[in-house]
Amino acid sequence: MQEKLHFVLNNEEISGEFNVSSTLLSFIRETKKLTGTKLVCREGDCGACTVLVGELNNGEVKYKTVTSCIYPLAKVNGKHIVTIEGINGVELTPVQNEFVNEGATQCGFCTPGFIMSLTWYLITHTNYTIEEAINALGGNICRCTGYASIIRSAENVIKSLKDGNSNGGETLRKLIKLNVLPEYFTDIKIRLQQINEKIAAETDSKPYQILVGGGTDLYVQRFDKVVKSNIGLTEHLSKAYIREDGNLIKISGNMTFEQFKESGIIKKYFPRLQQQLNLVASLPIRNSATISGNIVNASPIGDLTIILLALDASLILSDGKNERKVKLKDFYKGYKLLDKSEDEIITEIFFSLDFGNHNLNFEKVSKRTYLDIASVNSTMFIAHSEGKINLCRISAGGVAPVPLLLKNTSEFLSGKEIGNAVIEEALEIVQSEISPISDVRGSEEYKRLLLNQLIKAHFIELFPQSVNIAELV
Amino acid sequence: MNNTDTIKHVKGESLFVDDFTLHEGTLHAAVFDSTIAHGKIKRLDVSKALDFSGVRAVLTSKDIPGENQIGNIISDETLLAEDEVRFIGEPIALIIADTAEIARSAREKIEIEFEELPVIINPREAYEKGNLIAAPVTFSMGDVDKVWDECDLVLEDKVEIGGQEHLYLETQGAIAIPTEGGGMKIVSSTQSPTAVQRVAARILNLPMHKIEVDVLRLGGAFGGKEDQATAWAVMTALAAYKLGKPVKLVLQREEDLRMTGKRHPYSADFKIGVNTEGKILAYEATYYQNAGAVADLSTAILERTLFHATNSYYIPNVKATGISCRTNLPPNTAFRGFGGPQGMFVIESAIHNAARKLNIPVYEIQRKNLIKDGDKFYYGQQIKNSNAQRCFNEAVTEFNLSQTEDEIRKFNSSNHYVKKGIALMPVCFGISFTSSFLNQASALVHVYTDGSVSVSTAAIEMGQGVNQKIRNVVANTFSINVSRVKVETTNTTRIANTSPTAASSGADLNGNAAVIASKNILERLKAHAVKEIGESNPDLVEIKNEKIFYDGKPTKLTWEELVWKTYFNRISLSSHAYYATPDIYFDRKINQGSPFAYHVYGTAIIVSKVDCLRGRYEIESVNVVHDFGESIDTKIDLGQVEGGIVQGIGWLTVEELVQNKEGKLLSNSLSTYKVPDIYSIPKEMKILFLKDSKNKYGPFNSKAIGEPPFMYGIAAYFSIINAMNEFRDNSGMEISAPITPEKVLLNLHQPVKTESTAR
Ligand SMILES: Cc1cc2nc3c(=O)[nH]c(=O)nc-3n(C[C@H](O)[C@H](O)[C@H](O)COP(=O)(O)OP(=O)(O)OC[C@H]3O[C@@H](n4cnc5c(N)ncnc54)[C@H](O)[C@@H]3O)c2cc1C
Ligand code: FES
Ligand code: FES
Repeated sequence: MQEKLHFVLNNEEISGEFNVSSTLLSFIRETKKLTGTKLVCREGDCGACTVLVGELNNGEVKYKTVTSCIYPLAKVNGKHIVTIEGINGVELTPVQNEFVNEGATQCGFCTPGFIMSLTWYLITHTNYTIEEAINALGGNICRCTGYASIIRSAENVIKSLKDGNSNGGETLRKLIKLNVLPEYFTDIKIRLQQINEKIAAETDSKPYQILVGGGTDLYVQRFDKVVKSNIGLTEHLSKAYIREDGNLIKISGNMTFEQFKESGIIKKYFPRLQQQLNLVASLPIRNSATISGNIVNASPIGDLTIILLALDASLILSDGKNERKVKLKDFYKGYKLLDKSEDEIITEIFFSLDFGNHNLNFEKVSKRTYLDIASVNSTMFIAHSEGKINLCRISAGGVAPVPLLLKNTSEFLSGKEIGNAVIEEALEIVQSEISPISDVRGSEEYKRLLLNQLIKAHFIELFPQSVNIAELV
Repeated sequence: MNNTDTIKHVKGESLFVDDFTLHEGTLHAAVFDSTIAHGKIKRLDVSKALDFSGVRAVLTSKDIPGENQIGNIISDETLLAEDEVRFIGEPIALIIADTAEIARSAREKIEIEFEELPVIINPREAYEKGNLIAAPVTFSMGDVDKVWDECDLVLEDKVEIGGQEHLYLETQGAIAIPTEGGGMKIVSSTQSPTAVQRVAARILNLPMHKIEVDVLRLGGAFGGKEDQATAWAVMTALAAYKLGKPVKLVLQREEDLRMTGKRHPYSADFKIGVNTEGKILAYEATYYQNAGAVADLSTAILERTLFHATNSYYIPNVKATGISCRTNLPPNTAFRGFGGPQGMFVIESAIHNAARKLNIPVYEIQRKNLIKDGDKFYYGQQIKNSNAQRCFNEAVTEFNLSQTEDEIRKFNSSNHYVKKGIALMPVCFGISFTSSFLNQASALVHVYTDGSVSVSTAAIEMGQGVNQKIRNVVANTFSINVSRVKVETTNTTRIANTSPTAASSGADLNGNAAVIASKNILERLKAHAVKEIGESNPDLVEIKNEKIFYDGKPTKLTWEELVWKTYFNRISLSSHAYYATPDIYFDRKINQGSPFAYHVYGTAIIVSKVDCLRGRYEIESVNVVHDFGESIDTKIDLGQVEGGIVQGIGWLTVEELVQNKEGKLLSNSLSTYKVPDIYSIPKEMKILFLKDSKNKYGPFNSKAIGEPPFMYGIAAYFSIINAMNEFRDNSGMEISAPITPEKVLLNLHQPVKTESTAR
């Protein structure tokens, strides 16, 4: 689909008609011949194609990392795209310099991606820690170095920049002075403002064939089709939001995983979930992937869906004319079959927190702990008083054709006292509710056992005092 | 120092095959491959693909002007299948079009019908049915059968070892450009330029001198581009030859995963006999190697399994038999360690289980049987300069093994379901190609009149830093600044008849050749220097940091002046030199000899932590004493050790290749095949350099580094097994690598009882 785009690529303003359904990476490598950004997997799983996307937000340019191999070109409109070429200067940047000093590059194919991710960390944080820096590199795969030298480089950069600036509050000017970013970043804000005025004057929405959230499922699963179709972006529907409205938490359908994870509401009500969400995809994927995409993709193992099921979330669906509500637990009719018409869009997701004393625990086991799809995942939401369960909802992924709310198990547990015997009894009900199959993520036997273990883990994590751990495990 | 490419790498300026600016009119190829693992091609109709707009040609085996044969050790592999296919992903036809997208779209239009034949993916089944790549090979010493009765304990068991995907980040690729006079220049991502040249010549029916192969650098290889880069390069050559236009082919990731071979899975049986003190008296092993559909390098790899069957141990009676089994998988191939890791994993399994049975620590058996000077490897080589015991003992003391064990015991007794385990892994790895003829190299050194130096060798830079090592040894030989030395692309017109850059030997062979070439020029420079300074004895001339000394005293000459004056006096400043590893041989009639120039030694201690509730694990620490010889470049060598260890841990933990019984790869993308990420590496990794180790076979006393550290990863497997045992006795557990979280959990807990709704 040819459409007009205006954006800044590194220090160059780009305006013109492009196939906006194609990917950012093919624009960078094939159209612009900027070959520093590498193609390795074309499915978001390695980070070799990582670039920065800068966007105006409350008058400031906010950068994030994305995997350009599955990032729809349409999304760059009005933004600043930074590739490795865009941070190169005459002198090496501190990140590049430390990669050189520590020998943190061998074959070099992964290197530009790592440099971009670490640079992103430096320009978006103030009090640097190595743990956070590693999180920023979690989506980058290196097959040569074993990462040890990369981590040493990150430690050195953090240390050197801290030493250079003890209060840690790097402003853009300081970052430029420290050579983390080149000079031209100073003007990006103004240039983006001008571009966006131009865009606002032009915009007319066109009909589309495929609705794209982050594209992190669509561009992996149906690449050939999507790049040839007209696409519409959910980010144009509304500004992403998550807010409290009375007892309800309301989330816009286009909210990304990372926005959700970093929101004040999640930090306030579900602090452990905030940490556990690191187990979901990788930062560049979470930056793009939307919650509605996760729900509509209908993978039986979608992490956000499994969390929202235990929260008994509801969806607001709109076809542009009419709106209706549907409970998430009733949304799935069969394997990838949804209670949704073709032109219905999820505009909002909401759930209630009106249950007094409550806890939520998310468990996920995959072959590789991070950046991997679960073999089985599960969430338990539990409202309780003095060891008694007032309400319990347990969801489980990877054990049925659809993301599953374990209705019978949840019902059984509600009203019971927490204890080993009750849990053991519940597990028998669990087994009667699930129907896992053997596949590349594990055998049926494994998934059955694993779900039991994860449910035990919910109780051990949340109620270590009320269960006999030694016997339960 | 750093790898020569480092600065370009961090700026994203290093070019790989997919990055080169193409000649105008370059066409693009896509490979049409088999969708079944075994069958006869009944009908192949490419006409609809040919009709596709933008398609220039569709080539099949019939279009090959020369011999349709790419097998190098055994001639059993076609470039494009003729009437039978033997694995999913086997190339059948080549589509050439204006763009790669068009070529791939047109591929969908090819019509094919197969008559399906039975599929075998299990090596033991292949063996039973007589499907072998070559006759079984046995190495032996002493007589195991006479000794079993004398042993206090004789144990037998079976071992399953999974394969491993290389996952070099740069996929296979090449560009072929027709040259005048009917020749061909091929730019390839290969570890074996000469293999590409030889096979292209065979396929095109041209003399080798008409084919030029040029390699700049590789985005990772690990053995996966030793034999298996050839097919793609030759396909581009075939297409370019047929169409008279440059042709590019770069595999997409899913194509690369589907079509190329991997580390060999093995199934093995062992029998070990020990006495109560832990002395191993006899060891017998049979390896069923899953070779895939064609030979590739399988027989050579299997031989190295046999060479490393006893790892670092002296065992008086050994019998090891290797059987290369033909299955319907893509041809498995070289991968860091080249069969050695599988051989070592089996003996470590045997020792581990024997120690459990005898109720003594595993490291007691390991320690008591370590090789020492005067012993003999069971294939006949005398053991000289062994550092096996030194590395082991230093690891035990430097890393305070008993204290670590105490801490682990404390931790385990105070945790219900998180348990720690420890394991040691001594490694002894033989350096040299076991095919002795490959142990040769040549180098071409030019000193230009401005004093800068250019070096060409057969070494391929693929991240291992070989170019930097060569720069270092050349700069050291001349005693000039390393910035004066440039290493050129690897090119078959400059360096002919190259051996692959493999077997950890790249820096040894090519470095030694480069040193000889440099010394030749140095001698001429010295001979001329005495004339310039009016002295007589060239042996008293010395170059130190670019300054010329005579008899220890400074002269007025500098490097640049000497070079210029030598040139001006019509003395050659170029040298082409040759090196062949001395003292090595192996007699395949009796399977005895001295195939290795030397061995690399080391010992690793790995601690891991298992969450026995969830079946997840972490590697807590890896502590290593490694024998680098005298490292030419400590930073590069450290990187090789760290990278090798993590790759080795990956092989035995999360990297699981899954095929269905039709031979289809299910772990066919990065979302289903997981390599270690930044979170899964050891929380702590310490590498100590063994002191006072010399090696006359390596340039400047260095030792090869590429492969040996990979095998330290084996300790990760056993540390996890040991941690699991702290939660629940797991003796009798099936020995099966990799130890995925699934296997951990299933071995820790009883299966859940249900009336399984089998679907
Ligand atoms: C490398 C990688 C790792 C991943 N790891 C994980 C993981 O750990 N856990 C996990 O759960 N998932 C994971 N995913 C999957 C994916 O990121 C999620 O499913 C994501 O939520 C999809 O959202 P999206 O916005 O990118 O969807 P898209 O690909 O844009 O769309 C998916 C589907 O949803 C539809 N859709 C999108 N928005 C709406 C809307 N508002 N209303 C109606 N329909 C809509 C689209 O039309 C499409 O059919 C991973 C993906 C990648 C590439
Ligand atoms: S190429 Fe692997 S994430 Fe984009
Ligand atoms: S340096 Fe080769 S993949 Fe990272």
